[in-house]
Amino acid sequence: MIPEIGHFALILALSLSLCQGVLPLLGAHRNDAAMIAVARPAATGQFVFIAVAFVCLTLSFLQSDFSVLYVANHSQLSLPTPYKISAVWGAHEGSLLLWVLLLAGWTVLVCRYSSELPERFSARVIGVLGFLSFGFLLFTLLTSNPFERLFPAPADGADLNPLLQDPGLAIHPPMLYIGYVGFSVAFAFAIAAMISGDLDQKWARWTRPWTTWAWLFLTIGIALGSWWAYYELGWGGWWFWDPVENASFMPWLIGTALIHSLAVTEKRGLFKSWTLLLAIAAFSLSLLGTFLVRSGILISVHAFAVDPERGLFILAFLTVVIGGALVLYAWRAPGLDSEAGFRAMSRETFLLCNNVLLVIATALILGGTLAPLFVELLDGSKISVGPPYFEIAFAIPMLPLVYLMAIGMHTAWRSQAPDSLFAKLRMPAVIAIVAGVLIPVVFYGGGGAMLFAGVIAGVWVMIVSAIDPIRSWRRSAGTAGITRGGLGMSVAHFGVGMFVIGVSVVSAYTVEADRSLSIGDRAEIAGYEFELRGLRNAQGPNYQALEGEIDIFSDGDFVGQLRPQKRTYLVQQSPMTEAGIDAGWNRDLFVALGDPLGNDTWSVRLQYKPLIRFIWLGAFIMALGGLIAASDRRYKLTARARERVNIAEGKPA
Amino acid sequence: MAKFIAPLIFFALLLGVFLKGLDPERDLKKLPSPFLGKEAPGFDLPRLKNPDERVTSQDYAGDVALVNFWATWCVGCRQEHAFLMELSRETEVPIYGIDWRDQREPALKWLQQLGDPYVASGFDVDSVTGINWGVYGAPETFLIGKEGRVLYKHLGPLNRSIWESEFVPLIAAEEGKQE
Repeated sequence: MIPEIGHFALILALSLSLCQGVLPLLGAHRNDAAMIAVARPAATGQFVFIAVAFVCLTLSFLQSDFSVLYVANHSQLSLPTPYKISAVWGAHEGSLLLWVLLLAGWTVLVCRYSSELPERFSARVIGVLGFLSFGFLLFTLLTSNPFERLFPAPADGADLNPLLQDPGLAIHPPMLYIGYVGFSVAFAFAIAAMISGDLDQKWARWTRPWTTWAWLFLTIGIALGSWWAYYELGWGGWWFWDPVENASFMPWLIGTALIHSLAVTEKRGLFKSWTLLLAIAAFSLSLLGTFLVRSGILISVHAFAVDPERGLFILAFLTVVIGGALVLYAWRAPGLDSEAGFRAMSRETFLLCNNVLLVIATALILGGTLAPLFVELLDGSKISVGPPYFEIAFAIPMLPLVYLMAIGMHTAWRSQAPDSLFAKLRMPAVIAIVAGVLIPVVFYGGGGAMLFAGVIAGVWVMIVSAIDPIRSWRRSAGTAGITRGGLGMSVAHFGVGMFVIGVSVVSAYTVEADRSLSIGDRAEIAGYEFELRGLRNAQGPNYQALEGEIDIFSDGDFVGQLRPQKRTYLVQQSPMTEAGIDAGWNRDLFVALGDPLGNDTWSVRLQYKPLIRFIWLGAFIMALGGLIAASDRRYKLTARARERVNIAEGKPA
Repeated sequence: MAKFIAPLIFFALLLGVFLKGLDPERDLKKLPSPFLGKEAPGFDLPRLKNPDERVTSQDYAGDVALVNFWATWCVGCRQEHAFLMELSRETEVPIYGIDWRDQREPALKWLQQLGDPYVASGFDVDSVTGINWGVYGAPETFLIGKEGRVLYKHLGPLNRSIWESEFVPLIAAEEGKQE
């Protein structure tokens, strides 16, 4: 019964999304208040019914109702309860349901916080979101119904993929999806603005906080995914340039460009058409990611079940949504050239560089991701584009970006006198160069061009980002301090600096060794000694494991004990490596059990990873910066202004 | 003007590529064995248990047989071993093992402890047979038809669902062919 209720709720949501997609847009066109008034109730109703469907699927999982095909394929009786819940979004059908739930959630928030916008404009925004939701719901119901029954029901399920039975991965997809789906709001604002033809600076102002919120969730989502890959996949890498990782990273890069270009459009009325295009591109790349992951067009460790029918449906949807948006763009954008100018030495110039470099990086990643497909279609041969390409293709535009970022954030709008800028940044530059050379040489005993370039860039951005917050903190009473927006920017850029230092040091000084150890043997890497004390069997709720006990010593002192595991999940019979990690702020020690070599000897992979925590910490600080900026009071309507709007609309205050 | 249409054109080109990429004829995952449907390469190896005797591909000539590459250092082999034991009890199809890039002593101990599902195991210490057969990594299981052709190859640990969905229909078809 419960699955049928869920299925039915989903069909109701589909009908409501159609109303929400059609009527408000039509109403806004004809200026028909009754049709416009459908927008908010339809959106709320849609959210409620999708939530009902989501709860129904969750209940089916909690009750282990294996007569539901999706549950039978992705759960199992002894699966721990938290993973029964996260299994809801553990595969294609359920993750799509999560996607539409989040889309409806964003829409409800837009309804709630758009009361100060002109009614016709917000009706268009909600209408566009309703149309997107209609497409995804139709896709879910036609090709990927999570409530499909299975008869006869099996006694036990096939279990959730063991790789997904992990707390990091339970929250990684929701965060990522909140970000992906959040870009649909910026997209809807851009479309609404283009339909209305009213493309002055206002839409940029309205869009900014939404974009920042989406971006910060995407940042957290990607960082969590990287962290999970690091400790769960068992080989200690943190980024693999896998097509699906790239699919999440490209919207992030374009979203970052969008945040910066929106700032220019809002403050100065420049880059209008460019900002529109970025708003379209950020969401289009999110959709493209969905297509790449779910159509099976590229090989990836992340790929969902391959189904050409699904691929065709998404492709048709992409054509309508992205194609439609770009046609609208080709029609509306040409009239948007601005008269306002700016000097070469101004913040506008630096933000332009930011945008150009981020777009270049995205284009290079897109090219590398799709190259195997192009080549195969051209001459039938199979190639693979690996990390060496991506690392270089990414570093070339990004390193200059990091250097310029530090200067740009202290440059004034319109025109900046070079002398005062030089005076302000001279000392930080000297400190950065000295520290950037000394840190590698003193702590790690060596260096290299890329390493110095990276550490200097990181230190440089961190110091420069701290200038304004410190000045504001130490200012004399009564003077204006830093704005929330400015503080958010400083914090986010500080995070970028940490990230860059982490990446540079990890790539230069990681030590990896595969050793064979018998019980009692010791192996040494990077000044740490690892002793295999023993091996024993361990039993988990739905797996058996062989657990190693490894003591770590440094200069004879005991550092810690690690218990890496080699697990076999009972239902899927798949082996999993559970690494043992001794984490510290300045280094991780990473041990993974390999294969038995006979005679109680095991191959063991040992790794020393300096400053690897800076990578994720940097990303989380970036997200924190986004959070601070998005909470800027400027974007909230004052109580008085809201009252004014209400009076104008004839509502009680 | 042109610069505002450029994104649309770029997107249209991309769509064309994706549409071609979705062609159902295109199969990405398959890494076909070059021998699939062709005659299997033979082998002639010393037996694992009794090095003075030999086990060769002639031993199963005219029959449907499984050739399973395994080794004691391979975790996947340990995983599939229990299933191979069940298989050896319940089917008529003989399983020939090839102990690949392994040492004799641990291999014998392995069969003693875990059971021996094989009609016979060849000892392929220098991987000559492995190379001839195009083995990527253990375990790998080849299904050989009556005329000595490779009917199917499975990469990775074998289990019941793969056995039933991939091997059983092929074996049934092969057995039924000449009757």
